[in-house]
Amino acid sequence: MCGSCEDICLPGAIVKEREKGPAPTDIDAYSGIWVVCEAPDGIIPAWAKELLSKAHDLAAKAGEELTAVVLGHSLGEVPKDLAAFGADRVLVVDEPSLKGFHDDIYANVLAYMARKELPSVILAASTPMGRAYIPRVATMLETGLTADCMDLDISTEDKTLLQTRPTFGGNLIATITCRKHRPQMATVRPHVFKPREPDQAARVSVINFSVPEELLASRAKVIETHVEPLEGPDITEADVVVTVGRGIGNKETLEQAMELAELLGAAVGATRPITDEGWLPDRAQIGQTGVTISPKLYIGLGVSGAVHHTVGIRGSEIIVAVNKDPEAPIFEMATYGIVGDLHEILPVLIDRIRKERAGK
Amino acid sequence: MEIVVCIKQVPDTATVRFDREKGTIIREGVQSIINPSDLHALEAGLSLRDELGGKVTVITMGPPQAESALRDALSLGADEAILLSDRAFAAADTLATTYTLLKAIQKIGLPDLILCGTHAIDGDTAQVGPGLAARLGWPSITQVAGLEILDTGTRFLVKRLIEQGYEMVEVELPALLTCHKSLNRPRVPSLKAKMRARKADIPVWGHEDLGADSGKIGIKGSPTWVDSTFVPAFEAKREMLEGSPDEQVDALIVRLKESGLL
Ligand SMILES: Cc1cc2nc3c(=O)[nH]c(=O)nc-3n(C[C@H](O)[C@H](O)[C@H](O)COP(=O)(O)OP(=O)(O)OC[C@H]3O[C@@H](n4cnc5c(N)ncnc54)[C@H](O)[C@@H]3O)c2cc1C
Ligand SMILES: Nc1ncnc2c1ncn2[C@@H]1O[C@H](COP(=O)(O)O)[C@@H](O)[C@H]1O
Repeated sequence: MCGSCEDICLPGAIVKEREKGPAPTDIDAYSGIWVVCEAPDGIIPAWAKELLSKAHDLAAKAGEELTAVVLGHSLGEVPKDLAAFGADRVLVVDEPSLKGFHDDIYANVLAYMARKELPSVILAASTPMGRAYIPRVATMLETGLTADCMDLDISTEDKTLLQTRPTFGGNLIATITCRKHRPQMATVRPHVFKPREPDQAARVSVINFSVPEELLASRAKVIETHVEPLEGPDITEADVVVTVGRGIGNKETLEQAMELAELLGAAVGATRPITDEGWLPDRAQIGQTGVTISPKLYIGLGVSGAVHHTVGIRGSEIIVAVNKDPEAPIFEMATYGIVGDLHEILPVLIDRIRKERAGK
Repeated sequence: MEIVVCIKQVPDTATVRFDREKGTIIREGVQSIINPSDLHALEAGLSLRDELGGKVTVITMGPPQAESALRDALSLGADEAILLSDRAFAAADTLATTYTLLKAIQKIGLPDLILCGTHAIDGDTAQVGPGLAARLGWPSITQVAGLEILDTGTRFLVKRLIEQGYEMVEVELPALLTCHKSLNRPRVPSLKAKMRARKADIPVWGHEDLGADSGKIGIKGSPTWVDSTFVPAFEAKREMLEGSPDEQVDALIVRLKESGLL
């Protein structure tokens, strides 16, 4: 529940009482934390290491065992490598029918495993793939699922998973729990956690899990997979990111922002209104529904600083904000703030940086 | 082809303003719209029906005022619309929502195809489509950006977006697809359909009409809770650079040079 409708609904339409929740599951029967990693092409994605590292800390805090679950085909030695990132054991399903991504097969396999093993927590990545099949798993297990979390914690008391994501209710972040149902499930945004130093000496047991044949069939069939490499500097890796918000106002000013980015060798990012309008491609969008960045320098031009956006820039070392509204929330997290009109500031900024560059 | 399209009425983010002090939505002046990607789901349903015959039924679970979203869908050409509205449905998370939608679809009669949007722009979970498909035991294909009819409509070839590109998938019906905004361009309502939509009879089904288990709907059927909300804290230097634009920019350049960024 996002809680969003609370403001909109008629008074009294929602009564928040925990006692009214659905019939609980037998919580004590469940234990352990799982990190699920799907690898249809036998490659372990980078986020698996980050998520395992975070889950390792959670597991240590709660005194739980950490299991990496790998679903895919032609996995070879890869599952073993996950040990270095803190897994106590690795469960593997390596099947030809897991080659290519079929939402229902992946979901069937994971739900089957969860019913057999009864984990207390299942964490997956909120990649397009994770967001496609993890909701099926949660539904099959009749439990809650929190989408696209930006942070996680666990209570040592009752091992409740505290799942954090922004809410629609303005500049707020919500902590969501699933206290009475197990497993507690969340999809977690890639790149919000840092991977730990790999411990090459760590050894773990890799267990091959077999699932019944009938779970491996689907009425859908992947015919081909196209990978389209991205052009230009990768925004998630760039040292400098120039971000344009709605305050940019017109295409001319957008051109100026692009010019500034080029001078700085920066990637260009955007807030959602800008990508929604099609002024910049979707993959430039930074924030809850876009990418998370951690550059050395973030420059926000006409960005108000809504939480949905700022959750994606918290890892930036220096934040510069230019906004004509001195009250804009972005200033609360800015290292350097400039209150001013972009139409006046940008030309001066471009000019001064060009001179700096020429001077060197 | 029998098609059910699931739509949701959401606040138009372009008109939403926030009360900074209280950290809440300012309700006045916020318009309600059909969730943007649901319009693409509806368009996909309408053009399939136009080509293959059959019927498009639009459903939504929401407060009584969600009826206006259904009327908008009718004016775009949907054949029938059903509103699922009941106080007992309030505060549903996605698990309770998919159960309610399932019960409604069973009452309508199982279609050949269910279409949803990719995600609702308010909660942004993207969980309802796949969850509903799981309840039916149907295949679900998310983020559909292209669709071709095969074998006179018993199978589709769909293009679905994945992280680094796309997949081409052949799927045998019945199936559930979540429709991405790049799939099509929604049509505009015709005047005639608008007139018809204004007068159309829209049944309202509550939990008793659905024969729904009252423990599985609304707040009772929702395992997830908003435990607490907070304003994010962030350690920042927060130095405001004052003066004329020239002075402000100079001050910034000096600081960026100090940090070795220029
Ligand atoms: C579920 C959900 C998910 C979302 N996900 C994201 C996401 O991932 N990323 C994202 O960015 N947003 C997201 N949003 C939208 C987010 O809530 C905000 O609406 C959005 O970030 C605001 O973008 P903005 O700052 O560009 O525009 P606005 O909030 O309109 O701010 C424009 C700013 O520009 C300033 N300005 C105007 N003119 C000038 C000028 N001439 N010179 C200088 N300053 C000027 C104004 O003072 C204002 O502060 C999401 C929303 C929801 C509901
Ligand atoms: N209350 C609802 N009634 C009907 N359809 C819904 C409802 N909520 C979500 N949907 C459908 O599910 C899709 C994904 O929504 P969500 O999982 O909330 O992001 C939407 O685009 C709709 O097609």
